[in-house]
Amino acid sequence: MSGAAEATFRERIAQNRRNSLLLFVTFLVFVLAFGYIIGYAWVGDPAGAFFGLVIAFFAGGLSGLLSYYAGDKMVLAASRARRIEHDDAPVLFNVVEEMAIAAGLPMPKVYVIDDSAPNAFATGRDPEHASVAVTSGLLEKLDRDELQGVIAHEMSHVRNLDIRYSMLVGILVGTTVLIADFFLRSLWWGGGRRRNDQGNGQLQLILMIIAIILAILAPIFARLLQLSISRQREYLADASAVELTRNPKGLADALEKIAKDQEPLEVANRATAHLYIVNPIKRFEKHSRSLFSTHPPIEERIRILRAMETGGVPQTGRDAG
Amino acid sequence: MGTAGTIIVVAIIALIVLYMIFTYNGLVRRKNQVEEAYRQIDVQLKRRYDLIPNLLEGVKRYFRQEQQVLEEITRARAEAMKPQSPREQAQSEARLSGAIGNLFAVAENYPELRSSRVLLDFQEELASTENKISFARQHYNDSVQEYNTKIQSFPAVIFARAMGFTEREYFEAEGPERESVTVSYD
Repeated sequence: MSGAAEATFRERIAQNRRNSLLLFVTFLVFVLAFGYIIGYAWVGDPAGAFFGLVIAFFAGGLSGLLSYYAGDKMVLAASRARRIEHDDAPVLFNVVEEMAIAAGLPMPKVYVIDDSAPNAFATGRDPEHASVAVTSGLLEKLDRDELQGVIAHEMSHVRNLDIRYSMLVGILVGTTVLIADFFLRSLWWGGGRRRNDQGNGQLQLILMIIAIILAILAPIFARLLQLSISRQREYLADASAVELTRNPKGLADALEKIAKDQEPLEVANRATAHLYIVNPIKRFEKHSRSLFSTHPPIEERIRILRAMETGGVPQTGRDAG
Repeated sequence: MGTAGTIIVVAIIALIVLYMIFTYNGLVRRKNQVEEAYRQIDVQLKRRYDLIPNLLEGVKRYFRQEQQVLEEITRARAEAMKPQSPREQAQSEARLSGAIGNLFAVAENYPELRSSRVLLDFQEELASTENKISFARQHYNDSVQEYNTKIQSFPAVIFARAMGFTEREYFEAEGPERESVTVSYD
């Protein structure tokens, strides 16, 4: 790899570490603030607020740890992925092994999702605990070189530690939405015993309104955060994939085939859409330049790869050395 | 020079020491990466030899009339596994590849064998192992490049050699035998 590319991938690792920590802290602050306000508004005195804070701290900390250590399992289970070994799908397993060797990474766990829509993603907290999942449709529709391009793209996400950040985003965004939703529903049920002494009642009301606003805004911010992450990194992962395979054509052909396929991926949802190599929720693809897209336009990615094919060959270690 | 001056001098020395520690650790990490990458090449080369007996076992009943095809592979494999100079190694690897290629050519005469599971599986495993060998070499060269660049860059260049870090050789591809050359690197 060229010096510049090496710097890029080390920077990406540092950046993903930082962002993951920042995300967790932001999440914890949100949960704590929410716990404090709800506790106060519910019970009506500072003791209630403290109680809310303590519960929020444990709930927030626990779900944070759970996301970090078991997020990959959650994502894989939600995608109905099943673990495979070499003999279940030799070509896939071999290609993953080849790309792990090319990237100098340990062999990740390999999963298959039984769905005819071609797509793939990688997840996990670090390269030692990484998983790569592809759909059965991808295996059927791509040839070996194309599959290699896709897997190289995923191994780049593993190496860059994109997998950690995007896994945390998926789970913590989902959790935030869940908390907010749960709270708004509980209001509907008329929950909470409200003491009606004057003055305090007014404060309670104000805090309750703040909590409601927070509960409405948090999921929107969470969603925007999710949308903001994956565009630049898809281009970067494409470029590093070519460094691994030295073959831009494979990935370009693969993206073309995936783009042509109009089948939506059943098991993908809004919490996991940003993990995939190509947006699995196809109806968004048309407006992919807009703010509400999780992926860069696929035509643009193909165009860049085709340019590498015909002239702008990326520097390789051998050439540079 | 007062207390302030002393503090500044101490701080500068501390910074230099800290910098050297970080650089040293960085160099050690890269050097280990290079060595690990080199080991990976050997692992894959060995795997290639290990594949062959299984293939021979699976196809031997088709080759009753053409025993010499299988014998040639066995011989070439044994030859290639012997310790030898890089040049000889390249030659014996080429002979082994040729013998395996011959097996596939002969298999064309046996429609049943041509489409048999054992042959298709072997073809995939062989192709994949050859890919793994060349990707392992590619990764080795990438690691060497990273390591050498680090050693040659200022300011590490001043003390890297003194600390025992020396440049590693790239794995050079040599014409058509590129897939099968082993070069010792130190």
